[in-house]
Amino acid sequence: MNEYLMIIRGGEDLSEKSPEEMQEHMNHWQQWMGGLAQNGKLIGGQPLQREGKSLTERGTKVTDRPLAEGKEMVGGYIMVRANDLDEATDLAKGCPGFEHDCTIEVREIAPMG
Amino acid sequence: MEKGSSIDHTLNHLFRQESGKMVSVLIKIFGSENIELAEDVVQDALLRALEVWKFRGVPDNPRAWLYRTAKNKAIDIIRRNKHSRTIDFSDPKRQLLTSEYTLTPTMNGYWEEAQIQDDFLGMMYACCHPEISQENQVTFILKSLCGFSTKEIAKSFLTSETTISKRLYRTKEHFRKHKITPQIPSFEHISPRTKTVLSAIYLMFNEGYNSTHSEELIRNDLISQSLHLCKAMLNHEKTKLPEVYALMALMCFHTSRIDSRLTEEGKLIQLAKQDRTLWNKELIDAGTRYLFKAGTGDTFSTYHCEASIAYQHCIAGNYEDTNWQIILYQYDLLLSIEEDPVVALNRCLVISILNGPEKALSELKSLGNSQILENYYLYHSSIAAMHEQLGQKDLAIIHFKKSLKLTQSKQEQVFISERIANLEDD
Repeated sequence: MNEYLMIIRGGEDLSEKSPEEMQEHMNHWQQWMGGLAQNGKLIGGQPLQREGKSLTERGTKVTDRPLAEGKEMVGGYIMVRANDLDEATDLAKGCPGFEHDCTIEVREIAPMG
Repeated sequence: MEKGSSIDHTLNHLFRQESGKMVSVLIKIFGSENIELAEDVVQDALLRALEVWKFRGVPDNPRAWLYRTAKNKAIDIIRRNKHSRTIDFSDPKRQLLTSEYTLTPTMNGYWEEAQIQDDFLGMMYACCHPEISQENQVTFILKSLCGFSTKEIAKSFLTSETTISKRLYRTKEHFRKHKITPQIPSFEHISPRTKTVLSAIYLMFNEGYNSTHSEELIRNDLISQSLHLCKAMLNHEKTKLPEVYALMALMCFHTSRIDSRLTEEGKLIQLAKQDRTLWNKELIDAGTRYLFKAGTGDTFSTYHCEASIAYQHCIAGNYEDTNWQIILYQYDLLLSIEEDPVVALNRCLVISILNGPEKALSELKSLGNSQILENYYLYHSSIAAMHEQLGQKDLAIIHFKKSLKLTQSKQEQVFISERIANLEDD
């Protein structure tokens, strides 16, 4: 088993959604992650706040926003266990983030040294 | 002042009814290794209610308020402990509590009404695990499911708070070690496990019903909590079993007579001399309905017999009109299910009414090799009463004196002393 990181990017603003729509959306997250957990695939994951700071130029320059914005902004991450990249990619297909136009990049965690 | 005391009353009532349910759900969330944490959250929610309600008044739905507060506290604790080892998140359902993507819906799922009922009953079964001694079972039920303080439990059992704390500690260790979780047993295991639960409830009830101590408030609390627990079982599809209905019927019948058992000075009144107009008609009717439901299904328990006996007493217009023949039959039935010296003793008293004191005395004497009866004050009181009826005053006094030494209850002591005094005066 290897470990994989799903980087979730972009997505429309959910604050426009009605409480019911929001709740339904959250239930989808619960179903999807619940499935991963049941099958022993889930390691963890969190959504991220939209605010942030970016450090560039060897840390000397600090900008009051995330480095990438809009469709490129990282909105959250999920870590899973899978046999290979293809399986991890398949797992990512069920992510409810796609309901509001997210993109997902799946990367294997690299053992170093 | 007025406002304050009504809040205290609402809270006290709510706490007795709901704290056990909240603790059960929280134990499911935090795991049985964190029982104290669950209890603390409920305690905190209660204190918070006391603070806020005094200021803003009791909310429209105080129960929902209390649950919401407990739930929010649980969320705080989960967030704070998500990377610590306090809570075991390896369980797939609990793992979802660690991600903000799923924390809220997962937490809400734990607090759905049906889930709450399941966990509460599941916790009752967990508390009554056959490997936990019965006194520890009841102690733990009172603490965790009925919201009793250690002090109140100590009073209930006429023992010290240290003893109660030790019992609680041991039971919690048992939970921790065996990772016992609140769960209603599966269909094939439910019958024997229910038996343990019912006998714990009945023990608790008797602790309140039999006047082993004089604190009326605690006694009534024990009785109403026993009824509450039994009722909860009857409200659930999986646990509304015939024997549960039978115990409920029995406790209703007993409770219906509670106001007629003591004089205003707290002295015991014998069944024959009780004012039957004081018996609570509603409870007798409720008991009768429960007894009727207990008759469906193929289970027949000792509670069925005991409830049938209590029913006969409740419907008799007076002591003389009681159908003693049916009662004797029920006692024989009871003894055929389970040999119980105390039941055998009570059977002898029915014999004395039907066949006279001489016959009863010889049957009583034949029970004398039971160690339990030898140390049971009522056994000696009964022998004494038979001698008294036969005009054997000296023998009666000897046995009453023996009986007097064996009871701790003040009411019983006064009652027996009076009978001795009467005999000596004659």
